[in-house]
Amino acid sequence: MTASVVAVKLRVNGTEYGLAIDMTRNLLGVIRDEVGLTGTKEGCDDCECGACMVLLDGQPVNSCSYLAVQAQGREIRTVEGLMVNDKMHALQANILEAGGVQCGFCTPGMLMSACALLERNPNPNREEIQIGISGNLCRCTGYARIIEAIERSI
Amino acid sequence: MSFLIARSIEEAVTALAEGARPVAGGSDLVVGARHGADTLPSKLVAIDRIRELKVLQLDDTGCTIGAGVTHAQLMTDATIVQHYPALADASALVGSPSTRNVGTLGGNIMNGSPAMDTGAPLLVLDAAIELRSQSGQRRLAIAALWSGPGTTTAAAGELCTAVLLPPAGERSSSAYVRLEYRRAMEIAVVGAAASITLNADGTIAGLNLALAAVAPTIMSVELDFAGRQLNDATLALIAQAASTQARPISDLRASDTYRRHTIGVMAKRAVDAAARRANGELIAVPVNHALGIGASS
Repeated sequence: MTASVVAVKLRVNGTEYGLAIDMTRNLLGVIRDEVGLTGTKEGCDDCECGACMVLLDGQPVNSCSYLAVQAQGREIRTVEGLMVNDKMHALQANILEAGGVQCGFCTPGMLMSACALLERNPNPNREEIQIGISGNLCRCTGYARIIEAIERSI
Repeated sequence: MSFLIARSIEEAVTALAEGARPVAGGSDLVVGARHGADTLPSKLVAIDRIRELKVLQLDDTGCTIGAGVTHAQLMTDATIVQHYPALADASALVGSPSTRNVGTLGGNIMNGSPAMDTGAPLLVLDAAIELRSQSGQRRLAIAALWSGPGTTTAAAGELCTAVLLPPAGERSSSAYVRLEYRRAMEIAVVGAAASITLNADGTIAGLNLALAAVAPTIMSVELDFAGRQLNDATLALIAQAASTQARPISDLRASDTYRRHTIGVMAKRAVDAAARRANGELIAVPVNHALGIGASS
């Protein structure tokens, strides 16, 4: 173990993982490569696109630009945590129904931002939805159907 | 290499004295390191769990905002929205919801970007900051903090612990507007903050104006409009003063000529919005969205 490797416990979707990670690693890489949950995507790796969005204590965070060691003691939620007992979250079902998925790369991050928004504000208007997902880029759908999916989930 | 989660300011400044760099949300530090602008420091101390840095309180002496208060808190906090709306306007424009959740006021001002959104509001609000180190504590006027792009006059062992704002007066208010090309994940092309106090007859009692992204640091504009009516002629002179005193550069986001012109427009809009608020008009935070300034949705 080199000097920069530290032992951490990370709680992801309710399960605690004991890991030895380099202190310079971002949360995204640790979730994907060490925890093994690959639903969270790397897009720009620059805090711009939102493909890497996860929830930390219920708040959306760009996991590409957040140090994994800083997530100790916090509740991390990823897209894998949305499904309960093989049943899709309303947002997941509605984004499929509304046609808000094309290539799908932005979808996990989009769902996490939308999930945080609805938990914070159960009845958002159109503008609040737009602001809620303003950190998530989609290059396929033009957003209309994603917004529709979120509105259907209210 | 070391990483410490500090639980108190004392723990944090001890780590700083040993050469550690502070990290709160990491949205500047981590992104900067990846761009090669900086390498990630070998010693880090996380300051995002220090309760003393989360304070936000208003009393007779003014408002104390802990350096760890996030943009998301500032844009919705009733005290800030009511008494210091320019700071709420600016916080609401930073990045996206995720950036605003992790980004802190202390991080924004100590990062020293000439395009930071919260700097111009703090300058017009006559803010001071508290710096703590192992050798003690000192108070510094915000105007004396920034020394150039990305640099401050704070020593390496000093931690910004709080921002202090004087009480907001009667018939006074503030606003921050910026030119932007898109509604989210944007950095100010140019930005302007104004804080105004009006006399009972509607004339100007006091006016502060500060500009973002048109000089090596956030800058104040020299103005002397006390006693004047705030009419179109005065607003035109304010725009002219901002354009004349700005020292913009050309970069990929705008040319110096374009910045010099648009900073006048933004200055005028900031002063106008601040005056309307001082007169009791409710302009929602952020002014940019309320008045349709900048990019449309």
